[in-house]
Amino acid sequence: MGRYVARRLLQMVPVFIGATLLIFLMVNVMGDPIAGLCGERACDPATAAQLKREFGLDQPLWRQYVTYMGNVFTGNFGTAFNGQPVTELMAAAFPVTVRLTVVAILFEIVVGIALGVVTGLRRGHPVDTGVLLATLVVISVPTFVTGLLLQLLLGVSWGWIRPSVSPAAGFGELIVPGLVLASVSLAYVTRLTRTTIAENKRADYVRTATAKGLPRRRVITRHLLRNSLIPVVTFIGTDIGALMGGAIVTERIFNIHGVGYQLYQGILRQNTQTVVGFVTVLVLVFLLANLLVDLLYAVLDPRIRYA
Amino acid sequence: MRGPTRAGRAACAIGAALMMAGCGGGGGFGGAGVLTSSWGDPQNPLEPADTNEVQGGKVLDMIFRGLKKYDPRTGRAVNMLAERISTPDSRTFTVTVKDGWRFSNGEPVTARSFVDAWNYGASLRNNQRNAYFFGYIDGYDKVHPGSGRQSADTLSGLRVTGPRTFTVRLDQKFAGFPDTLGYAAYAPLPRAFFTDHAGWLRKPIGNGPYQIASYSKGSAMTLKKWNGYPGPDPARNEGVTLLVYTDSNTAYTDVLAGNLDLVDDVPATQLKNVRTDLDGRYINTPAGILQTLAFPYYDPKWNTEGARKVRTGLSMAIDRAQITETIFRRTRTPATDWTSPVLGTAGGFQAGLCGHACDYDPAGARRLIREGGGIPGGRLKITYNADTGSHKQWVDAVCNSINNALGNDKACVGNPVGTFADFRNQIGQHRMSGPFRAGWQMDYPLIQNFLQPLYYTDASSNDGKWSNKRFDRLVDQANAETDRAASVRLFQEAEKVVRDNMAAIPLWYQNGSAGYTARLSHVALNPFSVPVYNEIKVG
Repeated sequence: MGRYVARRLLQMVPVFIGATLLIFLMVNVMGDPIAGLCGERACDPATAAQLKREFGLDQPLWRQYVTYMGNVFTGNFGTAFNGQPVTELMAAAFPVTVRLTVVAILFEIVVGIALGVVTGLRRGHPVDTGVLLATLVVISVPTFVTGLLLQLLLGVSWGWIRPSVSPAAGFGELIVPGLVLASVSLAYVTRLTRTTIAENKRADYVRTATAKGLPRRRVITRHLLRNSLIPVVTFIGTDIGALMGGAIVTERIFNIHGVGYQLYQGILRQNTQTVVGFVTVLVLVFLLANLLVDLLYAVLDPRIRYA
Repeated sequence: MRGPTRAGRAACAIGAALMMAGCGGGGGFGGAGVLTSSWGDPQNPLEPADTNEVQGGKVLDMIFRGLKKYDPRTGRAVNMLAERISTPDSRTFTVTVKDGWRFSNGEPVTARSFVDAWNYGASLRNNQRNAYFFGYIDGYDKVHPGSGRQSADTLSGLRVTGPRTFTVRLDQKFAGFPDTLGYAAYAPLPRAFFTDHAGWLRKPIGNGPYQIASYSKGSAMTLKKWNGYPGPDPARNEGVTLLVYTDSNTAYTDVLAGNLDLVDDVPATQLKNVRTDLDGRYINTPAGILQTLAFPYYDPKWNTEGARKVRTGLSMAIDRAQITETIFRRTRTPATDWTSPVLGTAGGFQAGLCGHACDYDPAGARRLIREGGGIPGGRLKITYNADTGSHKQWVDAVCNSINNALGNDKACVGNPVGTFADFRNQIGQHRMSGPFRAGWQMDYPLIQNFLQPLYYTDASSNDGKWSNKRFDRLVDQANAETDRAASVRLFQEAEKVVRDNMAAIPLWYQNGSAGYTARLSHVALNPFSVPVYNEIKVG
């Protein structure tokens, strides 16, 4: 187990370096950051040259990358163009996005799996058909439509919530945005759980468990659900990374100042340091979430062992 | 269909339970007498000489007062901190600062507060975006050379002559100079700015009617009324909270829900229903912004006598009235000169100066373009940035209008550039092959500001590198002319040179727009499309 984890962590190093290099190159291909920094009115050549020097942009690209990576390993992610250290932006943005992701993941786990179990056990029943139809609708409607619609209905027409989230962004305010963010994945989790439950319902071990007289609840939770969860856990695990990085649309609609907001602004203003820094952290989150999922397999199914 | 209904009811129940929690979480920002207003994250640190966009400008407008202030209604420069600005020759100015002004930390505003601030703004070392505003002052080429290191730290043209007096010597005659001094870049700065710069940036200190109570970068700023403000225009509310919105649509929705008091940029998609949505609490007033199409004169194809006719023809092929009506819902008005209505006729705005060249005349357009040898390169590509504003809509409409007029649906196409940064980048590297989107937001309400920075040879925002000796000479003469009316007339002569060469095609004057909740009254926008916060009454 320990050796497996160590090997996986070592494998992350080349993935990490490759991913950051790619991002670094892509951001640099977009053009000269100084032009974006100066805005509608071009900076005079002397100021532009000096800014270039101060941000190290006059160096060749490979050297910029080496310097950047060197700084990253000492915990320095550079300075955004408005003079704030990128680590400060991260300290402000990540907690918000983590809270949003937690809310979304909770929705996926609680609502998604519960609906999946219910429908999986009652295939063909009207409840099943109804939920299937509902998930189909959710999957086919884009997030921004769901978001804007809920915002308008709940926020303006009925006045149940504030249409936007305050800068503090507490859990209470993030429930609706979290639901919007989770909606599509939630539908997938429901469908995934439903299929595997329905499949495993007829498995020998379920019949054995029922035959030896276990109560129905115990058969479902201990035997059926635990065995059916593996694909669902895989999906949710990879979804963590996707939700954290892909919340741009939801964050924009509800005015949440999280990772999506910083990335959006970084890209618009061509702020290399912000974009590379945030994406680097997201890459790390993704890698760690995947490792966690692989380790969870062993917990769910003792037949799986890592050496 | 019993199932779905039951499931639906359950979902509603869950939803309702969640909403309750959601309601409990929020909290108002307003408070008694305090209004909330939409904001965008300023792109640069909030130093006066480093802020050249509206969002940072909003804050500076509240926390600073300069030698002059532009009247929010008429746009005229009136003395604020200046007791007297006198000059014998339009080149050396003696400034006397009024007594009794202080910064909100108690420090008196003296002549030195101005001179130090201007020296800081001009110095190359400090990377200030607005440094070129000090370019008229003697010695600028020493502290901010075009290339290489600076050879002086301070402008030789600035001299403190007493606690409240200083002199400014310019490198050329510029009679309008005192009227430019209302621009934020010329604001005075307290000693704390120089002694504890990082601390000042965290919480800027100024001499305006508001002081900053707290500032969390990227999300919000709370300003409260400064009770010790000595000026004639104190705040008529208790404070302003600026909240950063990524999307003006969200801010607009928040105003509808009563969650935000003031949105000062009504999104284009909402213009259709804003009047009914807000029941008249919507303002739409002219701002000093002109949108044009600029041309690349570094490309020899566009710098010919024939191309001049083609440009005029293109201008006549654009149906400005229809585009402003259908796309912008009258938040923009067709341009008929190269300035802005906010200048007023005395200030140099002259409706119809463009004449027939700005009228929609498809037949005339066809004739002129044919005489000029057709569109250079065979096809017109209008370059714009696709990430902000609704530029795609109007560029497509302009192209449609040109195609219809020329009877050729392939004559003009839009050429979108992904990001604004890349767009600016390509302009800076002279990679335009045809017309490109150009917008000008005035710095100060003078006709000079609409002409010199854009069309003077090698001027700071002359992106197309247009150059005309007669225009340059007329601008020099106008700057040297001490009589205001005569100076304006000379600028208008220069503007006619721009017209005759169609150096840039004027499209439309842009309005500022804002919507607000019923809590507020006396809401107005100044000519810079910034809300006049200190006059707003709450409750």
